[in-house]
Amino acid sequence: MTNVLEVRDLGINFGGLRAVDGLNLTIEPGQLYGLIGPNGAGKTTVFNMLTGVYLPSDGTIELYGENIVGKKAHQIARMGIARTFQNIRLFKDLTVKENVLISLDTQADYSLLTGVLKLPRFHAQETAMDEEAMRLLSVFDLQDDADKLARNLPYGKQRELEIVRALGTHPKLLLLDEPAAGMNPQETQNLMDTIRTVREQFNIAILLIEHDMKLVMGICEKITVLNYGTMLACGTPAEIQSDKNVIKAYLGE
Amino acid sequence: MDQSFKKQLLIDFGTVLGSYAVLFALQKSGVINTYWQGIILVVCINVILTVSLNVTSGFLGELALGHAGFMAIGAYLSAFISKSLPLIPALEFPVAILIGGLSAMAAGYIVAIPTLRLRGDYLAIITLAFGEIIRNILKNLMLFGGTKGYPNIPAYTTFTWAFFGAAVCVLAAKSLIASRHGRSIISVREDEIAAEASGVNTNRYKILAFVFSAFFAGVAGALYAHYIRFLQPSVFTLDKSIEILVMVVLGGMGSIRGSIISATVLTVLPELLRSFSDYRMLMYSIVLIVMMLAKHSASGKIMFRPAADKTQEAET
Repeated sequence: MTNVLEVRDLGINFGGLRAVDGLNLTIEPGQLYGLIGPNGAGKTTVFNMLTGVYLPSDGTIELYGENIVGKKAHQIARMGIARTFQNIRLFKDLTVKENVLISLDTQADYSLLTGVLKLPRFHAQETAMDEEAMRLLSVFDLQDDADKLARNLPYGKQRELEIVRALGTHPKLLLLDEPAAGMNPQETQNLMDTIRTVREQFNIAILLIEHDMKLVMGICEKITVLNYGTMLACGTPAEIQSDKNVIKAYLGE
Repeated sequence: MDQSFKKQLLIDFGTVLGSYAVLFALQKSGVINTYWQGIILVVCINVILTVSLNVTSGFLGELALGHAGFMAIGAYLSAFISKSLPLIPALEFPVAILIGGLSAMAAGYIVAIPTLRLRGDYLAIITLAFGEIIRNILKNLMLFGGTKGYPNIPAYTTFTWAFFGAAVCVLAAKSLIASRHGRSIISVREDEIAAEASGVNTNRYKILAFVFSAFFAGVAGALYAHYIRFLQPSVFTLDKSIEILVMVVLGGMGSIRGSIISATVLTVLPELLRSFSDYRMLMYSIVLIVMMLAKHSASGKIMFRPAADKTQEAET
């Protein structure tokens, strides 16, 4: 079976700084993959390259065998990589449902004229999108908040909404950038369950950046450790925990 | 959803036809005199300008200062068509309006290209420059009479034309905003990076908003030209763009209902203030400040609700 994501020798320069160098990543279908490393290791930079926000200086990124380097961010989103952000980026002044409807746009194709004239096709697709939005929201128990403004949701729910919005593009690979940031242990526990549910219900691979080791070690099947932009280690949680280089990078000599 | 849509359709068309019938009857019976008939016509034109600018400024979230430029293009080109093309009169005006709108739309496309790289203040300066360029070209274009003006434009604009022009613009803007295309435009305003990550081709929707906005500004220009019958470049200054922007801001960024109300009020107001003669513009400014303050009071918020709240209301 082809891998969901195949990253080879990925690197990027910011002026004279080599932010990421020679990164290799292989994500199999349905895999829960962790990307960890100390602050400034280049984890979010990797996300930005995978989603087309930054153009890599060298290397290839293949999504189901197709090279996506050089594609625009919205094209990559439509090809099947969705993401959340480290600092929540919701459409704050829109309702919860509208946030999801915007990413569900990838599932609709009625023309501008159809929309302005409100032809039957517009209604059929809008109704379908509406139902799909409510279905996705109900997975996260957000259906009762559908008509609230996104900015009025509590922090934890905002993070969940970002995941729902990402799922709206029907991704093959979901990138989560520090999903547990700012959550208390109980919320983190719930989040772990949610991530597992998402993987099973939507049958997708998930790549996540996280500092909460309990979460990473608890749910990831494979982990890559980054340090100063280079790959320090790669393996199962057990292997990573006993890796000398990793312990050194995190705790010092 | 289908049920509520039919209801909404009935309300929309009822409002349009109802208000048209009332205004038409009042004008025919002479209750509204010729002087006020002219003002109502200008109100319709200003509603088109305000609602169309609101698409770029309110929904796309870009400060555009060149709306008078698009209006000028529509005005001059439509006037040129109706003066020089030998068509049957019944056909001439619709064609002229369409050409006016389409040429402004083409200009909107050209302006939209550089804006894809720019945001905020820089974009405002580009659009401002565009408006000035258009005005200066018109000043030097002898085909359109230059600074002397472009006279003898046929008086085609009637109340019916202006009213239905405004109605089409308002309904088109409303439907656009309620469609997936409109949501995508709004997502650019809310967060461009998140929009891209959600699969929205932000460049495409920026162009769409600009082009839509320019088209209706051109239509407004065409209606204006065939009402005033004499065009000169000095009408389409930055002041005119600012005047439209003031109407948008007062009505509320991203509120179509607000745009209609404020375009009406701010067009009628200077006329009501004529009795103050010398102090008229002073009074106008004061009233403007009071209205801006009142807008943020409790009762004002009900009248000028932002777009987001309204959709919330529509859902329930």
